[in-house]
Amino acid sequence: MNAPGLAGAGRVKADGPLKVAVPRGSLLGGTLDILDAVGIDTAAVRGESRALIFPGEDVTLVTMRPSDVPTYVEAGAADVGFTGKDVLLEQSDRVVYELLDLGYGRCRMVLAGRRGDTKLGEAERRLGMMRIATKYPRIAERHFEGTGRQVEVIEVKGSVELAPLIGLGEGIVDLVATGRTLEENDLEVREEIVECTARFVANRVAHKLRAAEVDDLTAKLREASGQ
Amino acid sequence: MIHPIPPGTRDVLPDEMRELRKLHLALIEVFEGFGYGEVATPAIEYDEVLARGDGRAAKSGYKFFDESGDLLALRSEMTVPIARLVSTRFADTEGPLRLCYLANAFRAVRPQRGQMREFAQVGVELIGAPAPEGTVEVIEVLGAALDAAGLDRAVIGLGDADLYRQLLTELGVEGERRDSILERLATHDLVGLETELSEVVSDRDCETCVALSQLRGGPEVLEQARGLGGAAVGRATQRIGETYEALAARGAADRVQIDLGLLRDLGYYSGAILEVYDPALGHVLGGGGRYDALMKRFGLDLPAAGFALYMERVHVAQMEEGQP
Repeated sequence: MNAPGLAGAGRVKADGPLKVAVPRGSLLGGTLDILDAVGIDTAAVRGESRALIFPGEDVTLVTMRPSDVPTYVEAGAADVGFTGKDVLLEQSDRVVYELLDLGYGRCRMVLAGRRGDTKLGEAERRLGMMRIATKYPRIAERHFEGTGRQVEVIEVKGSVELAPLIGLGEGIVDLVATGRTLEENDLEVREEIVECTARFVANRVAHKLRAAEVDDLTAKLREASGQ
Repeated sequence: MIHPIPPGTRDVLPDEMRELRKLHLALIEVFEGFGYGEVATPAIEYDEVLARGDGRAAKSGYKFFDESGDLLALRSEMTVPIARLVSTRFADTEGPLRLCYLANAFRAVRPQRGQMREFAQVGVELIGAPAPEGTVEVIEVLGAALDAAGLDRAVIGLGDADLYRQLLTELGVEGERRDSILERLATHDLVGLETELSEVVSDRDCETCVALSQLRGGPEVLEQARGLGGAAVGRATQRIGETYEALAARGAADRVQIDLGLLRDLGYYSGAILEVYDPALGHVLGGGGRYDALMKRFGLDLPAAGFALYMERVHVAQMEEGQP
């Protein structure tokens, strides 16, 4: 069981519209499309507004970084939300209910190295370990641990493709949609770690106490996603 | 001068302390009214004794050696220490034993997650009363405690810890795969659950399991569950049904939500499991259930049940509900 949170953390107002966490960035389009498909008005979010919160009659849409979605949903600040499986895997200690695989936002978490470069294999053979730069340190650590290899994981925040090009590590673990960024930077996929898609998640208490609303939305999303 | 305290610990100042004290007294008064006597046990115990309860559940985050080289551990909850106390001090006592406590417990935390290393739990243990009467009594006491705290909207989730263990056995799922599926159920990872189940059982059985885990509500969900079929489901719904009916007969079923998706990750639970929610808070307020096999590990073969509430969370919920 999880250790309890700070006394003040995670206050939810139970009444009023369901609060839905919507990820900005690459998942935004797919998320708004599926919300439209289940009859939730997203015109305001699609507009030019810089607002973060878009109140509606039955649901309030709250926009945020995809990696913040599990944080808000776990605390109950949002009742349900959309985010990528990559985010959920990286934050696997967050207690959120993963209700649906929505199918869109498909991409792959991969291990990549410089094209034609033998450094990755060489480092493993000679030194017994590799240095891997990534924005997903926990996914990377788990992957190499699970395949019995030792690595030094180096966490970076920005463009991770840069790292092996100028000598920070021999390879990278990163999310790849089309593979173009890798290609343009002279990198190639060496191993596929996991395939990631958008997921629908719920706060544990909201799932119990707003069961009818959550179930209804889940059923509609399931149908709309065709999964 | 600033002198830091470890993350996940905190000071309590007079205003909050007054409110916590009031809440504590109100809860203990409820417990005493039902015949539960308050006990205290040491915060540090021998690691060996705590580990006897359940390796996973009572796993202590903090262990250290004492001056004579014995391994000591800070308790992470109160059920195991009370099982130890009962088997040592009350082994010959006739009839059900009723004990309650307010105690600080300690758990390891992950950094920057807002988790507490040290937290107060308040709860009861009823030892020697089998299901369903024992379970019914514990839920009744829990309901009265929530009333006393002024949490009129709080809900008690009632599920069955054996449901999926038995259902998976019935479907021929064993070993590591079974544990892994139970883990998916406990964390409510429905996507992973479907994927794993579809690899080992028929599509129909897979759908049944997933649908079952989504059933929560009034007594009508028992009917729906029976409709999904199977002996394990039949037995679990009968156990839950008996408990629920007995509660209804005592007028104590109003705040109970039957939840067939409830699974707690403390390994010692068997039969009924409980969780407490309040709409004002995004985290669970506490939980409990039956642990009929736990006392035997301490040499006393007695059925048992209980619950624990996180004191600070109950207090926050109280404030949010506007009744400090």
